[in-house]
Amino acid sequence: MDALMLTIIATSIPLLLAATGELITEKSGVLNLGVEGMMLSGAVGALGAVLWLGNPYFGIIAGGLCGVLMASIFSIFTINFMTNQVATGLGLTIFATGLTGLAGAPLVGKTVPSLPKIEIFLLSDIPFVGEILFKQDFIAYLSVAIIIFITYFLKYSKSGIVLRAVGDDHQSAHSVGYPVKKIRWYATCFGGMCAGIGGAYIPLVLTPHWSEGMTAGRGWIALALVVFASWIPWRIIVGALIFGGITIAQLVGQARGWPIPSQILSMMPYLATIVALTMISGRISKSNSVVPASLGKPFFDTQ
Amino acid sequence: MITFTPRDKVSKNWTIIAPILSIFLTIFFGLLIFTFLGYNPLETLYQVFLSPFSRIDRISDIFVKACPLVIVGTGLMLCFRANVWNIGAEGQFIMGTLLAGSFALLFPSVETKFFIFIMIVIGFIGGALWAFIPAILKTKLNVNEILVSLMLVYVAMLFIDFIVRGPLRDPMSFGFPLSKPYPDGAIINKIPFPGIGYLGQLHYGILLILLLIPISWLFVNKTLSGFKINVLGSAPKAAKFAGFKQNTITITVLLLSGGLAGVAGVIEVSANIGQLQPEVSFGYGFTAIIVAFLGRLNPIGILFAGIIIATVKLGADNAQMSMGIPKVVTGLFEGILLFFLLTGETLQKYKIKWSKVT
Repeated sequence: MDALMLTIIATSIPLLLAATGELITEKSGVLNLGVEGMMLSGAVGALGAVLWLGNPYFGIIAGGLCGVLMASIFSIFTINFMTNQVATGLGLTIFATGLTGLAGAPLVGKTVPSLPKIEIFLLSDIPFVGEILFKQDFIAYLSVAIIIFITYFLKYSKSGIVLRAVGDDHQSAHSVGYPVKKIRWYATCFGGMCAGIGGAYIPLVLTPHWSEGMTAGRGWIALALVVFASWIPWRIIVGALIFGGITIAQLVGQARGWPIPSQILSMMPYLATIVALTMISGRISKSNSVVPASLGKPFFDTQ
Repeated sequence: MITFTPRDKVSKNWTIIAPILSIFLTIFFGLLIFTFLGYNPLETLYQVFLSPFSRIDRISDIFVKACPLVIVGTGLMLCFRANVWNIGAEGQFIMGTLLAGSFALLFPSVETKFFIFIMIVIGFIGGALWAFIPAILKTKLNVNEILVSLMLVYVAMLFIDFIVRGPLRDPMSFGFPLSKPYPDGAIINKIPFPGIGYLGQLHYGILLILLLIPISWLFVNKTLSGFKINVLGSAPKAAKFAGFKQNTITITVLLLSGGLAGVAGVIEVSANIGQLQPEVSFGYGFTAIIVAFLGRLNPIGILFAGIIIATVKLGADNAQMSMGIPKVVTGLFEGILLFFLLTGETLQKYKIKWSKVT
């Protein structure tokens, strides 16, 4: 039972991180559909760094940096050149798929050491709970810290309120004197960093070697999670665990030889995403103002 | 600092210059990345962009490769014009192929001269049905069509894998996940040229393009429906005031694009593969997104864009064989190209001014 719970948590962490980052990006009014691409580049960056430097912690840093780099490319085009965000995000994923394929080619067949577990003194001795919550790796703790931080940030900090204002009405925010473009740059890069670290988690913990397109749609599921969570941070945890659970359930099903074809079982996470989106979209009406009002709209500053 | 000022009207010059400039910038930056990663840029340049023109049969293969891209791209053009983001053409391609292929394998005795045409119609229906899911969810429940159509790509890939490994596997395939070969009527033949024989893989399916491009041009430029699609995409409020039925348009463009993706699948498989296998598409549905944009959402542009992208795809195949570069690198060029093309769109509408930071 412990082991099962641990794998579910491990599976949900890349989703959790990527979705949290995207939530901040979207709160600032930027829709970055390149999450899948940023995760892929984080994965390949982490693998490269660990193989080169030997220490898995460098993988986290490299993954984050690669994500930021991808997010910067996205920002230059969408924020500065005011390109269509949907198309640019798609472009980013396509670009990153190609780039990581090329950069990852020399890494094929090499394995990296896994990220060590950190036991938290005393707490890890609590039966069951301690095993699951306090014997995790660094990224797992980090992702919880990020969730707590952004919950506080969005609700109580002045910068968080400015961020939301920029995402809800960029013209007004601009008239009051806030640097809309700069804030969106920061928010997008934060999203890139989270997606990059989320991507790094895949080779560092889940499967310790490179394969082309190894994120397998997790970036897209993360995008769906943001909608599912109705842009409320803590709900991402719930959503990510549900998706982690579904992914593990189908793997368990395949291992135990359930009388359902493995391909049909493998469809579960994707079908569940559609079902989840359908259920939640009925409830998100436009009056309900959970969707950042300027989401996806380019900002043109009149000077 | 760069500042933008709106132009009075869309710049005609930029409309033409932007795609050409984008292609050159893409080659430049693409090769820069290759050099940075330790590949020989000149050899890459030759393999990816020039080697497909090195022999006459290779040139005709460009058209073969462009065929599905142009068909899918034309469908996506309708969606993107209406601001409907169908990015699941890959899945619609697969489902169209699968439905038509299953028909061919299960009812081979229906053998008539028109068998392939029946398959094309079934392929259209299969692709359209798959696109109907995001269409109905979008219009009835306001579910994001981007995510739904994309998730359905993964579902379609797994589904065809299940079908060819399970129900439709050829018992004589020695354990390979392959269906039986298609009956003769389901095969699209190569075009024989008197005195030369066959030119590469050039097949009769190409002729569909000659039909599709003028029809789609007339549709988007000369019909009321085409006009409505444009208005909905460029001025949704105007469309609302004019009383256009937004939902009907959304469903129509999704069904048409899904259907065309299915047709592309039928032609591709009937002409080049001749049976069902787990992988039938090789990313045509995703690449067609780039083709639609490179062609500036315009049928004639898409024809040229399809040819250009097909060249790069074939070039990447050659580069894989001769230089060991993974095939997915085409994505690298496609992504950069899309970035520059979109920037070009901004430059059509705005003038750039360089000014000192104040």
